[in-house]
Amino acid sequence: QTVTVEMLDHLEHLALVDFRDSEGVERLQKAIQFADQLHEVNTDGVEPMDSVLEDRCLYLREDDVTEGNCMKELLKNAREKVEEYFVAPPGNIPLPKLEERDTFLQGF
Amino acid sequence: AAVKGALRFQVSAALKEGRVSPTELCQRCLSLIKSTKFLNAYITVVEEIALKQAEESEKRYRRGMPLGALDGIPIAVKDNFNTAGIETTCASNMLKGYISPYNATVVQKLLDQGAVLLGKTNLDEFAMGSGSTDGVFGPVRNPWSYSRQYKEKSVKKSHSEDEESNWVITGGSSGGSAAAVSSFTCFAALGSDTGGSTRNPAAHCGVVGLKPTYGLISRHGLIPLVNSMDVPGILTRCVDDAAVMLGSLAGHDPKDSTTIQDNFKPFELPSLTDVSKLSIGIPKEYHAPGLSSEILALWSKAADLFKNAGAKVIEVSLPHTRYSIVCYHVLCTAEVASNMARFDGLEYGHRSDMNKSTESMYAATRREGFNDVVRGRILSGNYFLLKQNYENYFVKAQKVRRLIADDFVKVFRSGVDILLTPTTLSDAVPYTEFIKEDNRTRSTQDDILTQAANMAGLPAINVPTALSERGLPLGLQFIGRAFQEKQLLTVAKWFEKQVKFPMIQLEEVKRHNCGVFQHQKSASFS
Repeated sequence: QTVTVEMLDHLEHLALVDFRDSEGVERLQKAIQFADQLHEVNTDGVEPMDSVLEDRCLYLREDDVTEGNCMKELLKNAREKVEEYFVAPPGNIPLPKLEERDTFLQGF
Repeated sequence: AAVKGALRFQVSAALKEGRVSPTELCQRCLSLIKSTKFLNAYITVVEEIALKQAEESEKRYRRGMPLGALDGIPIAVKDNFNTAGIETTCASNMLKGYISPYNATVVQKLLDQGAVLLGKTNLDEFAMGSGSTDGVFGPVRNPWSYSRQYKEKSVKKSHSEDEESNWVITGGSSGGSAAAVSSFTCFAALGSDTGGSTRNPAAHCGVVGLKPTYGLISRHGLIPLVNSMDVPGILTRCVDDAAVMLGSLAGHDPKDSTTIQDNFKPFELPSLTDVSKLSIGIPKEYHAPGLSSEILALWSKAADLFKNAGAKVIEVSLPHTRYSIVCYHVLCTAEVASNMARFDGLEYGHRSDMNKSTESMYAATRREGFNDVVRGRILSGNYFLLKQNYENYFVKAQKVRRLIADDFVKVFRSGVDILLTPTTLSDAVPYTEFIKEDNRTRSTQDDILTQAANMAGLPAINVPTALSERGLPLGLQFIGRAFQEKQLLTVAKWFEKQVKFPMIQLEEVKRHNCGVFQHQKSASFS
């Protein structure tokens, strides 16, 4: 089953990366086809494995402040900043809909 | 017998005895890096920093107070490890210009031991790939492409232009690190291993590549690909050196909660003489489609080597091996989709000029910053993580993961100590041939023998074994029980001694020869 334009658009929204061209779309199709092989395996009664260290207790350290106060270092790598703030363009503006976006998917 | 402070690189003896100084060693390596620039193994070379570190080391040696086994030893670090004050790019436009504000724990540990950091090595973008060909700084060339061994075997056509187009890949994604060690520009290098990224280039470049048990070495500061599988990898010219590196790096790190809390004791490798108590397992499923007849024969020869030496060698089965790549494909893309979400241009890295809205800025930044491979994996990962797909793909893959891990548990429980398998399907292919297939296809083919160890979190090591008909390195892999690196490395060392893998004959290395390099009989430094 091929992936619909709506699905591709949805994925571009979620991932905030673009398919760019038909090769990109093809890549996804192939990836899904490939992954479908998993369904050949019988996993009845098998628990999903999150971590190979599942039999161990996760380390919890003492609630002591051991480091921090490195605002200057952290801000160094940001391109846009004002005082101690990272500056972002206005939020709460959704990505334009498919019809209004400049995306490869338009002509799809 | 316990030897006091004996854990050392052989070159450490030379340093201690004053036969060579840390600055000399450093200068020679820097000089060799310059004359092997065509390999494109390094993204960043920190000449001034390295020389300064070497000077400090020299002062310590003069006072008779070296910090440890690694004091003065030139090393290289894959460019996906954070290094304070030094650019860390992951071979991506997304991180060009990003200066790490901190050292990865493994880097810090090496520096604390006095190691001399020469630079950051090239890789596939964000460690995604099996060729070290897909980074923004271009592909890494396998030093063996320029070896006498390879040149002698290649059909001489007309002129040197063929040398240009004939060069072979290093494998990946830690190709830069493998090439750096292989070409003698450093004594050890850090790589990373998620699906075979340390062992694969190690095999192609004729060096030792160790993937430690998941949880043994801290990942703090290693820019993550798949958090549940990533491990820092160690690349050296001999197994003993790998043990020294491991000794300096392993152990619990409070900054990485996925490191185990057990006490780790660095060990010296015994020189095994009696292998009769060993049980070596040969997993039949590793006779994978596409395995070259050369490697098959080599694998068989290795098995016989153990048998003739008195070890028990038996065929075993890891029935779910063939699903490890599919499983990896789903889990990797899913974790990648999550891990790459941090790159939005706000706090670090590339930022697009697009300013209309936060979301459009993020989208533009990510379009501009990531290559096809990375974007492809993010999109696939997001697909598998969709609510309607989560159970069928992500959770399903997690279940298959358990089956794969259980296969190993069963085999080790049946009395097998170590598994012996090939590392790659063939020797290194020419770059022009490699790029005919896309990244995902290649990774699918190339990771098949190495991936399952990451799935199960087990330690595994590539040991250079012999040269192929084309004069290129062939390696074999040993997989051990979780946290049994000592046993794994002991067996690997025994095997290394038996096979006597030849030293690479490189024009550039010969020219930089000095007393210290000259007496090398083996690939290591003795």
